[in-house]
Amino acid sequence: MIGAQLPALQVVIPLLAAPLCLLLYRPFATWLLTVVTSAATLVISTLLLTQVLDSGPIDYTFGGWAAPFGIAYRIDLVNAYVLLIVSAISTVVSVFARLSVAAEIEASNQGIFYTAWLLCLTGLLGIAITGDAFNLFVFLEISSLSSYVLIAMGQDRRALTASYQYLIMGTIGATFILIGVGLLYALTGTLNMADLAERLPAVADTRTARAGFAFLTVGIALKIALFPLHLWLPNAYAYAPSAVSAFLAATATKVAVYALLRFLFSVFGESFSLETMPLAHGLAVLGSVAVLFASLVAIFQHNIKRMLAYSSVAQIGYLTLGISFVSELGLSATILHLFNHALMKGALFLALGCIAWRIGSARLGDFQGLGYRMPWTMGVFLIGGLSLIGIPTTAGFISKWYLVLAALEKGWWPVLVVIVIGSLLAVVYIWRVVEIAYLGKRLEEAPSGEAPLSMLLPACLLALANIYFGIHTELSVGVAHEAAKALFGGL
Amino acid sequence: MADASLFLIVLTPLVGALLVLLTGRSPNLRETMSILTGFALLAQVISITPGVLAGEIPHQLLATPVPGLPIALALEPLGLLFALIASSLWIVTTVYAIGYMRGHGESDQTRFFTFFAIAISATMGVALSANLITLFLFYELLTLSTYPLVTHAGTAEARRGGRVYLGILIGTSMAFLLPAIIATWYFTGSVTFEAGGILAGKISPLTTGILFALFAFGIGKAALMPFHRWLPAAMVAPTPVSALLHAVAVVKAGVFSLLKIVIYVFGIDLLAQNGVRDLMLWVVAITILGASVVAMHQDNLKRRLAYSTISQLSYVVLGAVLASAAGVAGAAIHIATHAVGKITLFFCAGAILVAAHKTRVSELDGLGRQMPVTMGAFLIASISIAGLPPLAGMWGKWYLAVGALDSGYAMLVGVLMVSTLLNIAYLIPIPIRAFFGGGAEPKKPLKEAPIPCLLAIITTATLCVILFFFPSALLQFTEALLR
Repeated sequence: MIGAQLPALQVVIPLLAAPLCLLLYRPFATWLLTVVTSAATLVISTLLLTQVLDSGPIDYTFGGWAAPFGIAYRIDLVNAYVLLIVSAISTVVSVFARLSVAAEIEASNQGIFYTAWLLCLTGLLGIAITGDAFNLFVFLEISSLSSYVLIAMGQDRRALTASYQYLIMGTIGATFILIGVGLLYALTGTLNMADLAERLPAVADTRTARAGFAFLTVGIALKIALFPLHLWLPNAYAYAPSAVSAFLAATATKVAVYALLRFLFSVFGESFSLETMPLAHGLAVLGSVAVLFASLVAIFQHNIKRMLAYSSVAQIGYLTLGISFVSELGLSATILHLFNHALMKGALFLALGCIAWRIGSARLGDFQGLGYRMPWTMGVFLIGGLSLIGIPTTAGFISKWYLVLAALEKGWWPVLVVIVIGSLLAVVYIWRVVEIAYLGKRLEEAPSGEAPLSMLLPACLLALANIYFGIHTELSVGVAHEAAKALFGGL
Repeated sequence: MADASLFLIVLTPLVGALLVLLTGRSPNLRETMSILTGFALLAQVISITPGVLAGEIPHQLLATPVPGLPIALALEPLGLLFALIASSLWIVTTVYAIGYMRGHGESDQTRFFTFFAIAISATMGVALSANLITLFLFYELLTLSTYPLVTHAGTAEARRGGRVYLGILIGTSMAFLLPAIIATWYFTGSVTFEAGGILAGKISPLTTGILFALFAFGIGKAALMPFHRWLPAAMVAPTPVSALLHAVAVVKAGVFSLLKIVIYVFGIDLLAQNGVRDLMLWVVAITILGASVVAMHQDNLKRRLAYSTISQLSYVVLGAVLASAAGVAGAAIHIATHAVGKITLFFCAGAILVAAHKTRVSELDGLGRQMPVTMGAFLIASISIAGLPPLAGMWGKWYLAVGALDSGYAMLVGVLMVSTLLNIAYLIPIPIRAFFGGGAEPKKPLKEAPIPCLLAIITTATLCVILFFFPSALLQFTEALLR
């Protein structure tokens, strides 16, 4: 029955589509294949989510080989939710990508571009779906390697150094993760996450376990771009092709945060990882500093893509703050923000993509009077910005609200102050753009007019989603709550 | 009771804004749309007035994004009074704005009228909010929608002013108001406005005091010192904006919100027993007198009026802080009477700018002979603002003084009296200069502002007189409020 094979198909379809893409090679055909594949993964992840909601977690063993020997996939609410985010964003952004990529990348390279895109999608979906620690590392490498390629394809020559920077940092992170997984294997003799969770408590009080934990945490923190390990991110997002910035900003760090959640809560268990090891306070401090520092740096950026990249670092701070509360409420705030942040950053980066298509720049100075030259695009930017600030009736407000509630529940007033200041700083950096766009000089000879509909519509769709999920929260909050409950209770 | 017509009140101006935007190519059609929107809005507000005065409180739930945090509308007497003032003066101001914008040859008039309509929609939302979170939402929308109006000129000065405007209003609301709302929710599990308040018995006196200070300073639109700087900064806006928004809609949204929070969140009784009252009364007294003193030193006419507004807003805050029946009544009445008085003064300032191209008080010598209607209206409104009979401004001050005596603060009556003297000192010399100054100059021909401007000025000046003789029009609202 095909329904039972869905977990495998989720990864296999994009994995097979990637080499097919290379064979097709023609830009339009490869683009079409990417869109169709992304849409197929979206359908599958929707089916998986409904299945999990109906009848609980799904266990799937590859080739029928049972857990300790074969690779097992386990899908509960948390990763079903993440799968949905990744595949939905990939679908929307890949629709957008055709003209954006056509404008930014040579025709002869576009086949490779879409191949890398599909591989990256495979990797991200794989990280989210797998129940095997080593398999997770493999998928992490697949997604990382392909994202180095994607970033290096940026128009600006600096994309090469940005990609190289990311390559070095990413490889260090991946190596740490591998060492961590290796130590756990040496200690317990298993790579399956469920087995690890069973066997680890007995040996938790050994140096090996603690070292493995430390390597894993630091390695994943590098991939998350948790302050102060974020240095690769601003350049990577700033110089990557527009579509790639939108795709990666909305998905890559989210999936890495998911991996962190999985290891902290499911594999090691929250009492070991956040209480025995002093990680909760560490995450609270690093998260707070990330929010304040990155928001402050964002204010002084002239390249708007870079500005949004720093804003992403700040948002990652909010995500880790949610984890640091070690409470169900805090965890659901984090999971919720994974979803909402994907919506807002997706909308913002797509708006920038439209602008880059029309005026060929993301520099603040070139935004003079853009509010009149591209009213719809700037409208999308404004909505995304308001959501980022956290104005009520936008998705961003809902995330912040739950984060604040979690902080209050814990009695951590200073964190409340951090969240408020973070929002105020967001007002400043968003408003800088709005002011130039609406009040700047109107240049008569400057290029004007909206981007084509195939680019504008995906951007508008995400902007509307920001408002929709700011008002109707049954899906986003409901699933996040349930997912947090499942994670907090252990596997 | 559910009543779908409430949301229509918020929606009507939004539809109007869309129509204005669509008919932008034809100015006459566009202006017709604005006026029609105004009347449609006023008609709706009037249609639910009798019911609310009889004690009904229509209520409508719009959405529930987070359990316990509904976006909902409700209309009680105080909100109704505010909605009536704002929507009726909006029509007058639109008429005035048509004359002003054309007479002054402003650019981007479609954008102006569009945001003007969005701003009134946000104002209606503030008036109709059923809970703190809805209030916060529309409060921020009002800030955002008026920003393009403040910076309309697009010059460096306008942008600087806009930055101060946005910085202080958004800053205070995010830094103080939002935490105060969250704290209210945390302590009570509710954010709904309820008769008698929701905080009573839930928090300690100290927390009450801190929370009240957070609300009072968090509502930056009330312009309590030291968060008053945005109002003079906003004077870079075209005069109709200063008139409606920065004498009526925006600033009154601030004091109205504060009043509403005192009545329906804290409850009058809770606050009357609290030690924070003395502290806040000091802040209020300093703002009343301090802003008046600063106003005396302003040569720019609009800035002088702005500081006068800051001082007068604190009258309303005073009523809220007194937290007694007479105090609250005085505050509500003062919202209305100050609105008609100050909007007249701003209309006159704009008329002077359009007709005579003058912005400074020191340039006005002899202008009364050139613009008798305008300066006559200015005199009437000045006396009303000072709070002297036979003009409407007296009633608010009267009830506030009674409220102060009721609560045993005779000192505050003194503050009100001194303030009256200061008001006279900085407002009355202006018409005197205009009528009697510069006597030696040859007689100039009559040159008034465009007809729409004059119509608006005469209407609001007449209202200042009428409300003195028929205070019952206002008193019925305060009676319904305190029932």
